[in-house]
Amino acid sequence: MFTSFKRIIKWGLTNFWRNGWLSTATVSIMVLTLLVITVLLMLNVVANAVLANLQSKIDISVYFKLETSEEEVLKVKSQLEKLQEVEAITYVSQNEALINFKEKHKDNPVLLQSLEELEFNPLEASLNIKARQTNQYASINQFLESVYYKDLIDKVNYQQNKEVIEKLGKIITDVKTGGLGLTLLLALIVFLVTFNAIRLAIYSSREEINVMKLVGASKWFIRGPFFVEGILYGLIGTIITIIILYPIFYFVSPRVSGFLPIADIFSYFKANLFSFFFLLLVIGICLGGFSTMVAVRKYLKE
Amino acid sequence: MEKVTFNINPKEFVSIVGRSGAGKTTLLRLLLREEEPSEGDILVDGKNIKTLKHKEIPAYRRKIGVIFQDFKLLPNKTAYENIAFAMEAGGRSEEEITEDVPQILSLVELVDKADNFPCQLSGGEKQRVAIGRALVHKPDILMADEPTGNLDPLHTWDIIRLLCRINELGTTVILATHDREIINALGRRVVSLDRGRVIRDEENGRYIV
Repeated sequence: MFTSFKRIIKWGLTNFWRNGWLSTATVSIMVLTLLVITVLLMLNVVANAVLANLQSKIDISVYFKLETSEEEVLKVKSQLEKLQEVEAITYVSQNEALINFKEKHKDNPVLLQSLEELEFNPLEASLNIKARQTNQYASINQFLESVYYKDLIDKVNYQQNKEVIEKLGKIITDVKTGGLGLTLLLALIVFLVTFNAIRLAIYSSREEINVMKLVGASKWFIRGPFFVEGILYGLIGTIITIIILYPIFYFVSPRVSGFLPIADIFSYFKANLFSFFFLLLVIGICLGGFSTMVAVRKYLKE
Repeated sequence: MEKVTFNINPKEFVSIVGRSGAGKTTLLRLLLREEEPSEGDILVDGKNIKTLKHKEIPAYRRKIGVIFQDFKLLPNKTAYENIAFAMEAGGRSEEEITEDVPQILSLVELVDKADNFPCQLSGGEKQRVAIGRALVHKPDILMADEPTGNLDPLHTWDIIRLLCRINELGTTVILATHDREIINALGRRVVSLDRGRVIRDEENGRYIV
């Protein structure tokens, strides 16, 4: 048993080495596949970060009438917090609003001076509400418009932002579903290319498989070395892919980090180097092993 | 094939002759269990090979050595490895292999070509590797399907002499051929086939079709 295992590995390695050109070609295709898969993964990571960043910028603000007491505002806040749709609420008191306003307009002395001349704080207290999903703002708005709050609330800025919020929401879902579909399609294409390359490599060995059968080799003894070769395609392909990716990320990262929410792709890659390696290794080995098994099976049938 | 019935005794040297398409190869394929007979039985060593299970076929084939017109060597393996592979497939130990393969190579006179790949060997040498490979399991039966079909006369006689020697060492040899000269020079038992039927079966036969 163990001897057979050793022999299978030995022949797998020998065949891989002796079929030099064929192995090189197959490994190259494997490398291309793994590169495409990595790029797709990175695009997904970046796109998700961009979308999350975009989503976090959407919110609605509720402005309370000047005569509303802080207590009442906080009561509304705690009631809002009970809603399932609400992710977070920040309370901006009248004073804070004033400070923010002054900070924002510190280069505009005319405005500041006219504010000084007023004897009271004209700015309203507000609640900043973030929903879990972009499409939930409408229902939150509905809740706020109910009769109970009519006396306290001056205005909700949902109506004026409605269009922008809905458009952004649509873009986010479109990019997500489109990206997923495109990723799956491209992944499928590269998988099929590799699968066929390996099948062709084994097609060239179909006579050999026949001869082995005639010599009285068992199915596993014939299949084994091809399986070892398939796994080698995956293993060597993964190593080469990582070696290629390292400098690519190193050079590309500083050029794109400016307009991406992820600070540094290269350090992200470096930090996750092992997960990347194992992910690609699993994909490569499964793809190589599976393809050879399917291909050999055809010629092993009696 | 129809109504083919004959016996081959142990240690006999039998030639099967007939034109192309007469059924020589089919007969050998039936014996190797590459094909199943639609009717009738084939008994080898008292066992009906029709009842062999799929799993038992590789072991059965190892009891029969076969050589072919087109040699059927593994192109990516050297002469030594081609012979060793057959032993490995039979689950023999490394010691046996390192001991037996050189012996077989010297029997077929290929010791100095052990590390050559098939593409570096002449036709006769390739066929000798194939014979060597057929002998690794010390088979009771050696079947040769037109073994000299691709060879020049000189190499042809090398191979035939080798087959005779193997027969003298105690192996049953079944030789399928359509080479008149070989048959006439051998002076052994000849079974003649024509259109799937046995038309003649004589000791010390000659080639007449």
